[in-house]
Amino acid sequence: MKLKKIAAGLALSIGASAFSYVAVAADTIKVGVLHSLSGTMAISETTLKDTVLMMVEEQNKKGGLLGKKLEAVVVDPASNWPLFAEKARELISKDQVDVIFGCWTSVSRKSVLPVIEELNGLLFYPVQYEGEESSKNVFYTGAAPNQQAIPAVDYLMNDLEVKRWVLAGTDYVYPRTTNKVLESYLKAKGVAPEDIMVNYTPFGHSDWQSIVSDIKKFGSAGKATAVVSTINGDANVPFYKELANQGVSSEDIPVVAFSVGEEELSGIDTKPLVGHLAAWNYFQSVESDANSAFIDGWHAYTKDDTRVTNDPMEATYIGFNMWTKAVEKAGTTDVDKVEQAMIGVTTPNLTGGTAVMNKNHHLSKPVLIGEIQDDGQFEVVWSTDGEVKGDAWSDFLEGSKDLIADWTAPILCGNYNTKTKTCSGQTY
Amino acid sequence: MKQMTVVKQIIVRFGLLMALSLSLGSSWLHAQEPNSENPAPDQYAVSISAEVKVLFQELVAASLRDKSKILKQLDQHSGREMLPMFEAMLNGELYYQPDGLQLYQVKENASGNAVAYSVFGGELVDGLSIKKFKKVRVNNSLRKQLRNSIARIQLLYGEESERKAAAETMLSAMSDSAVALFQEAREKETVKEVQQLLDVGLAMNTVSTSVDSTERVAAIRALSSRLELPVKNLLMRLMDKNSDGEFKEADPLVRSAAESALKDIDGRIAYYGLLEKLFFGLSLGSVFLLAAIGLAITFGVMGVINMAHGEMIMLGAYTTYVVQLLMPNHLEWTILVAIPAAFLVSGSVGVLIERSVIRFLHGRPLETLLATFGISLILQQLVRTIFSPLNRQVSTPDWLSGSIELNPIFSLTYNRLSILIFSLIVFGLLMLVMKKTSLGLNVRAVSQNRDMARAMGIKTERVDSMTFGLGSGIAGVAGVALSQLTNVGPNLGQSYIIDSFMVVVFGGVGNLLGTLVGSFSLGVANKFLEPATGAVLANIIILVFIILFIQKRPKGLFPQKGRAAE
Repeated sequence: MKLKKIAAGLALSIGASAFSYVAVAADTIKVGVLHSLSGTMAISETTLKDTVLMMVEEQNKKGGLLGKKLEAVVVDPASNWPLFAEKARELISKDQVDVIFGCWTSVSRKSVLPVIEELNGLLFYPVQYEGEESSKNVFYTGAAPNQQAIPAVDYLMNDLEVKRWVLAGTDYVYPRTTNKVLESYLKAKGVAPEDIMVNYTPFGHSDWQSIVSDIKKFGSAGKATAVVSTINGDANVPFYKELANQGVSSEDIPVVAFSVGEEELSGIDTKPLVGHLAAWNYFQSVESDANSAFIDGWHAYTKDDTRVTNDPMEATYIGFNMWTKAVEKAGTTDVDKVEQAMIGVTTPNLTGGTAVMNKNHHLSKPVLIGEIQDDGQFEVVWSTDGEVKGDAWSDFLEGSKDLIADWTAPILCGNYNTKTKTCSGQTY
Repeated sequence: MKQMTVVKQIIVRFGLLMALSLSLGSSWLHAQEPNSENPAPDQYAVSISAEVKVLFQELVAASLRDKSKILKQLDQHSGREMLPMFEAMLNGELYYQPDGLQLYQVKENASGNAVAYSVFGGELVDGLSIKKFKKVRVNNSLRKQLRNSIARIQLLYGEESERKAAAETMLSAMSDSAVALFQEAREKETVKEVQQLLDVGLAMNTVSTSVDSTERVAAIRALSSRLELPVKNLLMRLMDKNSDGEFKEADPLVRSAAESALKDIDGRIAYYGLLEKLFFGLSLGSVFLLAAIGLAITFGVMGVINMAHGEMIMLGAYTTYVVQLLMPNHLEWTILVAIPAAFLVSGSVGVLIERSVIRFLHGRPLETLLATFGISLILQQLVRTIFSPLNRQVSTPDWLSGSIELNPIFSLTYNRLSILIFSLIVFGLLMLVMKKTSLGLNVRAVSQNRDMARAMGIKTERVDSMTFGLGSGIAGVAGVALSQLTNVGPNLGQSYIIDSFMVVVFGGVGNLLGTLVGSFSLGVANKFLEPATGAVLANIIILVFIILFIQKRPKGLFPQKGRAAE
């Protein structure tokens, strides 16, 4: 199986290298785009590549940056984690890009990290993730668990008075860490261990009969029950279908998902999903001037009025705008100077608020909870009052409770222990 | 002259139609006025009071939280006439005109266009621009509230199935007003099944509110044969202890009755749980069977290790999608058209692969493996280029959604049940082809002894490509079935190729019956393991088991016997 994947990756990478082109003009600022355009993750990541290209185009229309034009360098890591590291090295050493926008899965980010740190590159990572990380060379513009999972659980607990919890996820690092955080959070809130059911399934799981039947039984004990789903990608559709077929409605047992967004809903029959929830920092349906301008721009760029926008796109948008601001502020694209200039940069987000880059390289974001509608859009049913600061190290996990990340002097550390007052030295 | 009258008639008719539709559209707002053009099929409109109309106007503009309050008021101020509005709102079909704040029900008509209907009465309203309409938004708590409101109305006035569903809905939230309704409904009710449900509700009420011990015990006895979940929860509550370790329920007689009733119920639940697991296992087995049966022919009978088998399944699923695009007005029946279409598409691709690649690699399994693996990558990327890497939407027809509820805790989902039956039909047909037709005879002859078969005048080359086409075609048919269960995307095939090989090797290469037994036993074993170990570990245990099994019996469950096997 592994051999098969590597072989596939190799075959595709040969094709992909045709994609990356080297600049002719010397005085451009190069923007690397490291998103899979083939393989399993292409479904999600292609959109983000287009978003970066659109932003580059718009910036060039405005006259570029520091008097120079921006130039995008697109490579295809083909959903192959080791290839992400190779392509990152290629972007920095060979193409000499000034910044990289890229990665989706945590494992691809972890694969790129050592390269970025070794070559002192700059990466903007636009997807919600499990936290427990802060690198000097990475800016995390997606949500940390306290900006998605924890507020969603608070909503279920306070507004829907949920007493029993099913934590269902795909078996890999993001769901496992998120569920660990949630489990200890729920227990701290006084939920008994027998009221929590944890379940993991393989990637692309399609036979949900027994699990849904178990959830149904678990939820029929006379207490309000909800499913917190970190089920990833393809496995979602059969899951929701099975829920609907077995007669579990969103009123009885709502499912709140962290990986189901507009893009994922656009290819599927939404009938069985209506009424279930998702927690994000952005929805296409949010009404604001910035958002409608962004959506119009996206439709014009893709020449397709039906293309949807989603949360990682907003994170890319914010990241890109912050980077241009920081470059202008620093007057150079030098990584160290831009990195320092990034901290404290503010830019309007698409939901009518302001995004701030904090000292720990994470953003402040609003948290929204939306109900899935039959048109594949979300109806916002709850939101936080203002922006929530991203927390790199969870306060609910043993071992990361005392850690903070602070990339300003005098701490300058991604995992500073506030008790022992030491930086562990490990940079990722 | 004649022409003139026709034109006149048309004009008059058209005018009447316009007047009629306009008046119907706003009929509930003008309900008090006598309505002469409208022959009043819609009596409900007459009874809508001015007060309620004001509530409608408020409802449309209110926030989600306020809507709940307004719905409560609507519930109090009105009765069964609200039913069509509640239902439209529940289904997300209730719309309003932003300028007039008038309510309409918008749904698709027979040809698939969105059309507005008057909410009360359901007549078509023409000549309105639906694009300007806004939807009356609902969320989960509103849906729950609406469902309860609808249940209260339907309990008294609905059809038999509606009354039953209403009683079931209301059982889980019994209140004083619900008890009164149940009593009223019980007196009217004539259908035995619904009567029993109503009795359950009343007995539950007796258990929790009565002070007479013998009455309560009798009620518990009556409940002991019921499988409804609220009943079990009620009985469990009777057995609860408080923080000092004392029973909350003071009456020991009631407690012991509840205990024995619970034991009774738990026994049944365990029994149906077992049946359910068996069904899940058979259903998973049927998916294995469908995916593997084509491979059982190409790999089992011909001996070709076809790594592109999964992609044949994928092509079948995409054929379903294309057929669905071609006949958008008959979505219910696309599946039936897709089955032969998928067989032809995957089958001919299979023949093409056999003719162009595999026949040159005869007797060289490693090269065949690599070549077919390459073909599988090519087919995947081809589909990605043609249809985009995004999953495609194959809609499930209504007759394949939902489930047959045999009792409150045991139901069979239609899609799984149909696929189980379908897989058996496909298997039966394939057995017929192999045993009763000349093609089957030739295939068996070639697989047993190729040289001898050729000496007897069988065109082995032709038989090879026909066999490969048959195996691939059946994989395509499996793709149609799988499109109802999982995502239709470029990676669909990959998730089934391992399972398919596993089943064929386990069942015994070259033996179709082995594939049948193998797939069902692996499916059932998987589903019995899963609750104890979780889905990830269950898969691993099954694979480890097969490795050990193959060590012991390298030829699988049903090895081919005799000289032919060598």
